[in-house]
Amino acid sequence: MSGAALVLHQFRFDQKIFWRNPAAVFFTALLPLIFLFILASVFNDADISTLDVKGATYYVPAILTLAVISATTVKLATNLPAEREAGQLKRVRGTPLPPAAFVAGRVGNSLVITLIMVVLVSVIGALVYGVTIPTETLPALLVTLAVGAFSFSCLGFALAAVIPTEDAAPAVTNATVLPLYFLSGVFIPEDELPNGILAFADVFPIRHFFEALFTAWDPHTTGAGFEWGHLAVVAAWGLAGLVVAVRFFRWEPR
Amino acid sequence: MTDPVISVEGLRKSYDDFEAVRGIDLEVGAGEIFAFLGPNGAGKTTTVEILEGYRVRSAGEVAVLGIDPQHADRAWRNRVGFVLQESRLVPELTPREAVEQYAGYYSSPRDIDETVNLVGLSEKANARTSTLSGGQRRRLDVALALIGDPALLFLDEPTTGFDPSARRQAWDVIGGLRDLGKTVFLTTHYMDEAQALADRVAIISAGRIVATGSPEDVGGDREARTEISFRLPAGVRSPDLPEPVRAVARIDAGAVSMTAEDPVPVLRDLTVWASERGVGLPDLQVRRPSLEDVYLELTRQTDGAGEGTG
Repeated sequence: MSGAALVLHQFRFDQKIFWRNPAAVFFTALLPLIFLFILASVFNDADISTLDVKGATYYVPAILTLAVISATTVKLATNLPAEREAGQLKRVRGTPLPPAAFVAGRVGNSLVITLIMVVLVSVIGALVYGVTIPTETLPALLVTLAVGAFSFSCLGFALAAVIPTEDAAPAVTNATVLPLYFLSGVFIPEDELPNGILAFADVFPIRHFFEALFTAWDPHTTGAGFEWGHLAVVAAWGLAGLVVAVRFFRWEPR
Repeated sequence: MTDPVISVEGLRKSYDDFEAVRGIDLEVGAGEIFAFLGPNGAGKTTTVEILEGYRVRSAGEVAVLGIDPQHADRAWRNRVGFVLQESRLVPELTPREAVEQYAGYYSSPRDIDETVNLVGLSEKANARTSTLSGGQRRRLDVALALIGDPALLFLDEPTTGFDPSARRQAWDVIGGLRDLGKTVFLTTHYMDEAQALADRVAIISAGRIVATGSPEDVGGDREARTEISFRLPAGVRSPDLPEPVRAVARIDAGAVSMTAEDPVPVLRDLTVWASERGVGLPDLQVRRPSLEDVYLELTRQTDGAGEGTG
C-alpha cells in the first residue's frame, strides 16, 4: 500500500474500534452533549453580562472546546499509554507500518470525531436553543478548529509520551484538563471568574482556543472573526507538544 | 550452503552494572525450527529482543536475514514476524478483522481466511477477540505474525501458562510452520516443548550458552550416565558393600545412590553380592536422566549469577 492508502487503512480500523467501544463513545461523544444540555438549559436566559450574550450562545462554543479536547488530547493521552502497556504499540512497531502512518491514522480518527461533534453541537445549539450557526465567520471557525484539533492532538501524544502507565493515564489527563476547563470559563461563565484567574488561564491553550471559537459565534463580531493572536498561542502549545512527543514517545512498555 | 538466517557472534548486553548476556554465539539456518531455552532471568528475552531489533546491544555482531536488526527498515520488517511474550489483542475487533488489519501493513500478505484457518480459528473468525480463550488468543497472535508471509518468525514463550490441550494445539500450529518452509526462532522454558518442535536447541543460563545441538544431542551424552539407587538391606552396614560399589556410592541414612557411565558391571557386582549374602536390594532403581533433568542440571550449575532482567 502507498503511504496515503496505509493511513486510510489505519484510520478505518481506528474508527471501527472507536465506535465499538461504548465507554469511549460515551466519554468522547455523549458526555459533551450532556454537558451542553445541562449548561445551556440552566443558563439559557441568563445573560453573560460582560459579553452581552445569552447563556446558550456562550455555552455552544464552550462545549465545543470541551468536545474537541475530549476527542484529541484526552482520547490520545488515555488510549496510547494503555496500548503501550498492553504491548499493542510494540507489536505494531514490529510491522512495516511506518510510525508516521500510525500517528496520521490516529490524528485522522480524532479529526473526524471532532467534525462530527462540531456538527452535533452546532445543530443542537441552533435547533434547541436558537443559537445561530456561524456563516460569515465560518472560514475563521474552520481554521480555528483545524489549528485546535492539530495542536490538541500533539498535546495528546506529548502527554502519552510522559505518562508512565495505563493506570496513571486517566488521572494525569483529567487532572490536567478538568481544572483548566473551570478556570478557562468552559463550565463557569467568565463574568463570574475573577480577572486573576482568567489571566492565569491565559497561560494555557484551552482558554485561547475557547476565545477563538466564541468569536465565531459571537453576534457582536464584525468582520471575518479570525483570532490570530489566540490561535498563535494554541499553535505554539501544539508545536511544543509535538517536540515533546517526538523526543519522548515510546512504543514499548516500561 | 546458503547464508544463515540468523548469525550471532560474541553478543553482549549490559544494563548498568549487570551483564545479562555475556558473549553468545548462535547460528540458525533457513527452514530450521530453533529453540532457545533458558529459565527466567537467564538472558533469553534480552537476546531475542536484540535479534528482533527492539534493543540495542553492548557488543558483538548480529545479522538477521543479512541485516543488523539495529538498523531494521521497512523491507526487513516485511520479512519478519513476531509473536511477543506479552501483547494483548484489540478487544473490539474479531480475529478476521485483526488479521485483515495486519495484512494491510505488508507488501505481499498471505490469504486472510486461509491464515485464520491455518491457526484453527475459522469457527471464531467473526467473534470479538475478547471472547477467545487464552490458547485461541495465542494462535491469533501467530496468525498476526504470519499474515505478512515472513521468511522468519520469532515466537517468544508461545505457550507459557497454557493447559495441556491448548499447548498441544499451539504445537500443532507451530509444527505446521515447518511445512510452510518458515524459519522459526522459538524461546521457551519448557524442555518438552523444544523436544516436540525443534530441530536444534541452545540452552542459555546466566547469560551464556551452556549447551547446543539437536534435542537428542543435548540430552545424549548426559543420558549416558545412569543413576542407580537402593536402600541398605536390614542388618547390612555400608562397609559390607562390595569394594567397586563402595568406591562410587553416596550413602545417606541408609539410602545408597551412585552414577555410572556403564551401569552393567556395577549392577553385576551388586546382584552377585546380594545373592551370595542372601539379602535383597530394597527400592532398587536404575534410571537414565530425562532431557528435563539434563536441562535442570545445566541451568542449575550457573544459578545464582543469573538473577535480574530476563
